[in-house]
Amino acid sequence: MSKAVGEESVSAYSKIDPKFRYEVTKMPGGEKLLQCFQCGTCTSDCPIARFSDKYRPRKIIRMAQLGLREKVLSSDFLWLCASCFTCTDRCPQGVEVASVIRVLKNMAVMEGRIPEVYRVLLGTLVKTGYIYEIPESRIKRREALGLPPLPKVNIEGLNKILRNIGVEKFLGGEPKKGGEAKVWV
Amino acid sequence: MGMSQKYLIYLGCAIPYRVSSYEISARKVLDKLGVELVEMPEFNCCGLPLEPLSHELMLTLSARNLAIAEKVGLNILTLCPGCAGTLKKTGKILKENKVLREEINRHLKEDGLEFKGNIEVKHISQILIEDVGLDNIKKTIVRPLRGLRVAGHSGCHLSRPKKYIGFEDPENPRALKMLISITGAKPIEYAGETECCGSTIAAIDDKISLSLVREKLLHVKEAGADALITVCPACHIMYDANQLRVEKMFGEKYDIPVLHYTQLLGLAMGMQPEDLGFEELRVKPTKILERV
Repeated sequence: MSKAVGEESVSAYSKIDPKFRYEVTKMPGGEKLLQCFQCGTCTSDCPIARFSDKYRPRKIIRMAQLGLREKVLSSDFLWLCASCFTCTDRCPQGVEVASVIRVLKNMAVMEGRIPEVYRVLLGTLVKTGYIYEIPESRIKRREALGLPPLPKVNIEGLNKILRNIGVEKFLGGEPKKGGEAKVWV
Repeated sequence: MGMSQKYLIYLGCAIPYRVSSYEISARKVLDKLGVELVEMPEFNCCGLPLEPLSHELMLTLSARNLAIAEKVGLNILTLCPGCAGTLKKTGKILKENKVLREEINRHLKEDGLEFKGNIEVKHISQILIEDVGLDNIKKTIVRPLRGLRVAGHSGCHLSRPKKYIGFEDPENPRALKMLISITGAKPIEYAGETECCGSTIAAIDDKISLSLVREKLLHVKEAGADALITVCPACHIMYDANQLRVEKMFGEKYDIPVLHYTQLLGLAMGMQPEDLGFEELRVKPTKILERV
């Protein structure tokens, strides 16, 4: 017949990581996570939430408070935050909502959950110092347009720094080809 | 103004990649205003687009740029509000947090650099208002753009997050309106003026970001604007380069020219469209140019 009282919630609790919230509050930008009282200002003012049923900053914050680690870090919706910082500026509790979400993205990345576009951007950074591979034709065209030459990045120096941070762990080996955005970004 | 101003120009990635029109027009008008630009040597990405991967990576990339500027000994001018905001944010965070500063400096040391925290970073809008001054800009206007009604879009990162930017009121942006007014054009009010362009997630979900673009263009059209004016390369790409795509996607026609503020200012200074990168624009501003 029906489930025993509490059966469902017990199974839900088993997925809870009670220490997760403190992992978040230890990270720069995540400090105020526990101040959120779920008023929903963030979601109601979020430009993305108006066009997506999946993206709800208030819920993401609640999930982080509850310790639903796996659910949050494996989600696709986490990556929909546009970092416009409207939520951060309007939060009555001073929670840096967009920064908490960025902390969660950074944690997902440490577990190897990285959207392909970021691997591509990082791969280009390692190679050129910029996130886009500026075509040779563009660089040459600057002169015709009356623009000064583009300063050259000291790639060797930059890569010494990047190796020290350990960016190869984000790349997961060689940067994959492709993944060029469909939209002009 | 009094004495001449001198800055390091930090271009970032988007502008050299595909927004030359902004750089061309900005250099022209700054030169006219007596602002001297020194090319920033060896700069790299500001770090903003990579912060979703790692906060530490963002801080380090930004700090490397700041450390280079410190070596040169000049404050930074950026054309991109995202770059300005990120460099400002990093400067503030690292000045306030000694532990983090030492950690980031350990990375920079690999390249013989050190962040000390004595460089100021400003977006061109902030420099025009605070350092050049509206009165001085006014003196350079020889062809006021009277009768032109334009919609300003400041973009999110010019003022948000407020705690780090310290310029402009994000809830009631006025800087761009003041800058538009001195050209003789009329900055009009329109719905959703402070809404995001969606550029940062365009590669993650193009449907959402292009819906934001559509909404903006519809509001601007409804308000009867002759053009949309931006101060950010990313916003400009969304509204100009993607406009045709959005028109096709939604089966609508907007035909809203999108100008960089520096192009608008250049016109009012009497400069020729071909000297201000107008031919680089996707949506041809034919009607505006006929009226100027």
